[in-house]
Amino acid sequence: MSAAAGFDISHTAYLGPDGKLLRPLPDALAASETLEAFYRRMVLTRTFDAKAIALQRTGRLGTYASSLGQEAVSVGIAHAMTPDDVLLPSFREHGLQIQRGVKPEEILLFWGGDERGSAFSDQPDDFPVCVTVGGHAPQAAGVALAFKLRSEPRAAVCVFGDGASSKGDVYEAMNVAGVWQLPVLFIVTNNQWAISTPRNKQTAAETLAQKAVGAGIRGEQVDGNDVVAVAEVVGAALARARAGEPSLVECLTYRLGDHTTVDDASRYRDDAEVSGWWQKDPIARLRLYLAENSGWDKVKQEALLGQCASQIEAAAESYLATPPAPPEAIFDHLYAELPEPIAAQRAALLEGNSDG
Amino acid sequence: MAELNLIGAVNLALRRAMSEDERVIVFGEDVGTSGGVFRATEGLLEAFGPDRVLDTPLAETLIGGLAVGVAAQGFRPVAEIQFMGFVYPALDQMVNHASRLRNRTRGRLSCPMVLRAPFGGGVHAPEHHSESTEAIFAHLPGLRVVIPSTPADAYGLLLSAIRDPDPVVFLEPKRLYRMSTEQVEDDGAGVPLDRCTIRRAGGDLTLVSWGASMVEALAAAEMLAEEGATVEVIDVCTLKPLDRATILESVSRTGRLVIVHEAALTAGFGSEIAASVAEAGLFDLRAPVRRVTGWDTVVPLPRLESHYLPDLTRVLTACREVLTYD
Repeated sequence: MSAAAGFDISHTAYLGPDGKLLRPLPDALAASETLEAFYRRMVLTRTFDAKAIALQRTGRLGTYASSLGQEAVSVGIAHAMTPDDVLLPSFREHGLQIQRGVKPEEILLFWGGDERGSAFSDQPDDFPVCVTVGGHAPQAAGVALAFKLRSEPRAAVCVFGDGASSKGDVYEAMNVAGVWQLPVLFIVTNNQWAISTPRNKQTAAETLAQKAVGAGIRGEQVDGNDVVAVAEVVGAALARARAGEPSLVECLTYRLGDHTTVDDASRYRDDAEVSGWWQKDPIARLRLYLAENSGWDKVKQEALLGQCASQIEAAAESYLATPPAPPEAIFDHLYAELPEPIAAQRAALLEGNSDG
Repeated sequence: MAELNLIGAVNLALRRAMSEDERVIVFGEDVGTSGGVFRATEGLLEAFGPDRVLDTPLAETLIGGLAVGVAAQGFRPVAEIQFMGFVYPALDQMVNHASRLRNRTRGRLSCPMVLRAPFGGGVHAPEHHSESTEAIFAHLPGLRVVIPSTPADAYGLLLSAIRDPDPVVFLEPKRLYRMSTEQVEDDGAGVPLDRCTIRRAGGDLTLVSWGASMVEALAAAEMLAEEGATVEVIDVCTLKPLDRATILESVSRTGRLVIVHEAALTAGFGSEIAASVAEAGLFDLRAPVRRVTGWDTVVPLPRLESHYLPDLTRVLTACREVLTYD
């Protein structure tokens, strides 16, 4: 008997939970300005998250999916992407969306129950969040196919969670990406929980990264709470993707909050597990590093918190000040042009009639 | 002008669309080298090359999602599902994404795609190859559902579907693929969507159908003419959005309505037509509406299939009952 095939899954990490380097930082990401920018974006993401939850708890936002603890994934990916790439996000990448040019008030509009939140005034091509888990993976292959056919140096970036990795949609998408050498990068944000289903009940596979192997593409794992590792690995994977070598990157992280504001995670997981992951917090570890290596102090910290709070407050005010669209807006973008047989229903709505 | 059957007309429309618009690409299972199991895409790979005619892996969810993604990027994909019985993995993409992308982004992104699939029975096909589940798609806001019943319409409706800026489910009655031919002019003219077509004018009864059942509908009209009744035969062509006005206008003249379709009775698309006439044309009716449809059973395998499909006898019986009701 001989081996017909084999595989290795690498794991990349630079910055340990204690803020100490595990290995030298990559040159391109080692500058204080770069790391401070990462830090600012992660803090902004967490500030946004806290505000969104506060709005929901006070009845001013609908059900919301927290990104608490996953800020490094969003910020690292955002750094690696170019403006011309196209993001197909799941529903927990608020920080990534903000870095991509989606306004925080637009994200609040979406979670506040308004389609205009996905109109993205400053971001023409990115997809709206995908609520049907994994359904956007085949679409990412389609976006990448467009880039390939037009010979454009762009990549599609599809971000999904550990739950999605169990779905056929994701496999079908990775599989065609391999066959057609599509410029697409799949990123699985493994936050250990798909609502109440833990990672070990999701799959018997040792890593989620190795799900790429069956599709014939490269898979690798990164410490998803290490923003440097995420930025570096995703950046390299994107460069390969643009050259027609798709891959899957697994970001190991943890959902510190509930699945959404209507979930209660204490029903299915232990406090000890959660507090253990707080020790690996992506923001705290970078703050420790910056304090040690680039003079990040309390003054800078307070100033940053103040800036983030006022930016997010302004976004929240803008969201709260946005009146609902008029009722007939539900017909406005159903088709490019409202078909005559349906126009009567729009008229009936406007007249307050019950029939079309 | 060429004498073409329905599948030949589909092929001609694809050629025409691909010639006039570089954004049109075709993909699906076995559509390239093989030219499709029904030969709908025969010769396209040779004519337009592997960038525009792509054999996909065997994965229908993928086919739906690819179409959504590439369409959102400005292409005009025509995706083939090999048989309608295999379309359901792609249904998620149609329900949750293709039909909604324009709406949920307030027009920022759109989905100008066509999903083609052969459907319907009567060709002694294996299991899962004979169903007519068009009503599932017709129920979905944001989609168009188009079904041709003649070669010329297959050409013109498919061109219109490809040019349409929104997603279209284009269902091809495979019993008609090679049943008959007619002259089809390759003039690039589309047949308008969202319109019923009156195939035969008449004043005594309105007979509404689509797809392969149009054969029985027209045959019934011919036989009833010999009995002295003039039957108006309407080919629905676009099920969603439904051109109710044409049907209601016809019923206002005839006062009698029979609907024929292969799909099962309950919640079949005939229900929608009957309900529309009940709502807006009740007092024009001089007889109860009748539906002649497949039974509420699983479509049987070929040995019993003829007992399932609405045949000429059942159509004639219903028409005579409605015509003589007073």
